[in-house]
Amino acid sequence: MVIVDRRANPQGKSLANRERFLKRVREDVKRAVSDTIARRRISDVDSTEEVRVRVDGTEEPRFATTSEGEHDYILPGPGTLNRGDTLPKPQGGGGEGNGRRAGRGRGEDPFEFVLTREEFLNYFFDELELPHLLRTSLSQDRMSKPRRAGYSVYGQPSALDVRRTMRNSYARRIALGRPTDAELAELRARIEAAVSDAERAAAQAALDEAMRRRIRIAYVDPIDVRYARHVRQPQPATEAAMFCLMDVSGSMTEHMKDLAKRFFMLLHLFLSRRYDRVHVVFIRHTERAAEVDEDTFFRSRETGGTLVSSALDVMLEVQQQRFPPDRYNLYVAQVSDGDNDGGDRARVTSLMQNQILPMVRYFAYVETSADRSAFPHAAIRRKTELWDTYEQVAAATADLNRLAMRRVSDGAGVWAALADLFAKSGRAAA
Amino acid sequence: MGLLFSGADWDFQTLGAIHRACEDIAVGEFGLQTYPNQIEVITSEQMLDAYSSNGLPLMYRHWSFGKHFARDEAMYRRGFQGLAYEIVINSSPCIAYVMEENTATLQTLVIAHACFGHNHFFRNNYLFRQWTDAEAILGYLQYAKSYVTECEERHGTAAVERILDAAHALRHQGIHRYPKRRWRLGEEAERALARRTHAEATYDPLMRTVPGYAAARTEPEARRQVEEEARARLRLPEENLLYFCEKHSPRLAEWERELVRIVRLLAQYFYPQIQTKVANEGCATFCHYEILTRLHERGQISNGSLLEFLHSHSSVIMQPQLGDQRFSGWNPYALGFAIMKDIQRVCLDPDQEDRDWFPAFAGNGDPWATLRDVWANYRDEGLIRQFLGPKVMRAFRMVHLADRSAETTYRVNEIHDADGYRRIASLLAEQYDPAHIAPMIDVADVDLFGNRSLKLVHESQRGIRLDADMARKTLLCAETLWGYRVHLQERDAESGRVLAEHASS
Repeated sequence: MVIVDRRANPQGKSLANRERFLKRVREDVKRAVSDTIARRRISDVDSTEEVRVRVDGTEEPRFATTSEGEHDYILPGPGTLNRGDTLPKPQGGGGEGNGRRAGRGRGEDPFEFVLTREEFLNYFFDELELPHLLRTSLSQDRMSKPRRAGYSVYGQPSALDVRRTMRNSYARRIALGRPTDAELAELRARIEAAVSDAERAAAQAALDEAMRRRIRIAYVDPIDVRYARHVRQPQPATEAAMFCLMDVSGSMTEHMKDLAKRFFMLLHLFLSRRYDRVHVVFIRHTERAAEVDEDTFFRSRETGGTLVSSALDVMLEVQQQRFPPDRYNLYVAQVSDGDNDGGDRARVTSLMQNQILPMVRYFAYVETSADRSAFPHAAIRRKTELWDTYEQVAAATADLNRLAMRRVSDGAGVWAALADLFAKSGRAAA
Repeated sequence: MGLLFSGADWDFQTLGAIHRACEDIAVGEFGLQTYPNQIEVITSEQMLDAYSSNGLPLMYRHWSFGKHFARDEAMYRRGFQGLAYEIVINSSPCIAYVMEENTATLQTLVIAHACFGHNHFFRNNYLFRQWTDAEAILGYLQYAKSYVTECEERHGTAAVERILDAAHALRHQGIHRYPKRRWRLGEEAERALARRTHAEATYDPLMRTVPGYAAARTEPEARRQVEEEARARLRLPEENLLYFCEKHSPRLAEWERELVRIVRLLAQYFYPQIQTKVANEGCATFCHYEILTRLHERGQISNGSLLEFLHSHSSVIMQPQLGDQRFSGWNPYALGFAIMKDIQRVCLDPDQEDRDWFPAFAGNGDPWATLRDVWANYRDEGLIRQFLGPKVMRAFRMVHLADRSAETTYRVNEIHDADGYRRIASLLAEQYDPAHIAPMIDVADVDLFGNRSLKLVHESQRGIRLDADMARKTLLCAETLWGYRVHLQERDAESGRVLAEHASS
């Protein structure tokens, strides 16, 4: 008989199978992920809440029988039945085709399973066609660096601090009077040089005593050993404020809003990797702007003209009240279809150039348009009013390099809008 | 004798002591013969892993195993389903997985159940001796896994999945029901190599272009003769659809044939287990019950452990009755244990009824010899037909429900009384007949000169029909393997009347 402990075997033997299975039910998973994104708040995009996927399209076919024909069952009865008694058939039992019953060939029951956080983020990024390099850096947990923090009496052998250990050992050897090699040599010399037996015996006794001491007092004792101690210290992080600006005038369609939401989520995900806390402020505008909560931001629709400067005003107001730039890293993400009142241009330009861009870390402007795959001929478009304005602002503030602009018509474009930001953070780190 | 353990905790010494104590009783007192045991301690996640790959320790990769894992895991995490205490593999040495969460008493139960009960059954039952090669299964699984991986690397996952999906759908039709020779899985890997090197030399009647065939196309008489010959070479009719595709499919590449073969051989490996659920579990449950009772008598487990064991034991053999919410057919543990216990009683303490029913062994005074003989020589169907006694039928209050598609209700035709015993025993035995487990489908014919379509036949017994939608999907899988259209005809077994036609496309 042999007993084997398999508990330490590598876990996740079925991961490869799971991957294959997820590929199989890709459509179901994608739907579940989209639903989850729609339901989740922007700041919850990578929360630990479970993502349940309901699967029903993975039948494994085989020959199965129906309830048609003569079937006989011998079953454990309740003891009250007699010959000739009748029992109702279960619902849906007698029908053609779908009349499957317990124990006979039955179709697959749909079932639910739970996606892991990594799998969810993977699908989320997949929708955005985010490059793999960015995926890994985004789905990693919070960055922290090991930092020296004194010494410890326990630790890994590789962290052994030899210098400190030997210093302790030396001090202890001196304190306890461990005979040194020189002292022993001297005693041996005395034995050699002894002239009388008594002198030699005394020297020999001293040598024996010294040898005993040497054995009793270790050269390096466990109490001498010191290890370098490291603590993992989170990267210095301050707080960030993220302003989401969106044009909610009637020209923004649901598709555009969905793109906007994904863009905001991605930005939030990115920011929450870098900063301890990310405050999100939602500002929507038509010709007037107001700070609103997330639901209102994405759900409600207003009619009216478009004055972008109103949103910028509100943003500055909120910022001055709550987010001083020396304590917060300020990020602005604006989504619009590009309409703006012609008379507003001067004011927007001045606000951007003089107040906003010098203060914020990054200003991302995303211009949405109708799904281009649905309207391939709409590929060529004229410059919108707002685009034109911002282009000039960007040219004027080229040294700051804080304004990024993108046109987005599908999910793949969303990440590209943030590509500049990632590139920038790469440079900053280098 | 002293206690083997006290409390719930155990370590590897305890497991060893438990195993020795159980062995002492099982082999020394009860005369069981087993393969050497290998006990493997695993975690609950590993248990779920093992579930999803049919309980085998290593399995080739396929999405369906991932699906089963996801489903079992979801059920387990939400508390709908507990995990088995153990899984045991028919191999030599006989591998038993035990969960680390089990208490010492449960480990004793598991060792008695799996390492001696199932192990004895695997080693002695005629079906397992005939069909499975316990020494070689682990080696074969290793070969299968690496072969599938190799194919995936060479031909791509999608191409491999296509074949495996199709073969999985037909695996219940991939079984030789009547053995021609004893199975030798151990030589499979070498045989596969030899087969591949001889592939070109293999004679394939479908691909043959010889002069006689030209004449056959025009002259009906010659044609009939050539067809006869070809058919004889194809050995039609053939009960094993996967085997037929593997040997004769005109479209499969060699590596695809080998994949089909792997699925087929594993299906064959499980075939005895499908046919012996009641006998196998009955044997194991009876053994653990007797062994633990003896351990208690010998003072090796405490009263507390005995009570804990009895609690687990009685939930294992719980049989909900008809109309109960929990009812979902027979519990093989309950039925098997009841039959075994009844045989024991008949051997030791028969009354007149038992002497009438079981004259061959009533009162022979040696229950273990009788039971060992039962375990060696019967599968479920035979076990029930011959050893299901009236007392067990009464204990379960068995009734016969007739389900006729023409009627809107079930009717109770027989109950557990003197008039009904014989019929109930024989109908229950039929329920465990392999023909009831999966529909019997034979390869009837191939259109050798036309479109090469394959003709399958389902002999319908008593008007039982195939689900048309599922049949069409499954035929599509058969077409993947065969390469051309596949027809399925449902025929009434008695009159030969055609009931339905299905086609793959």
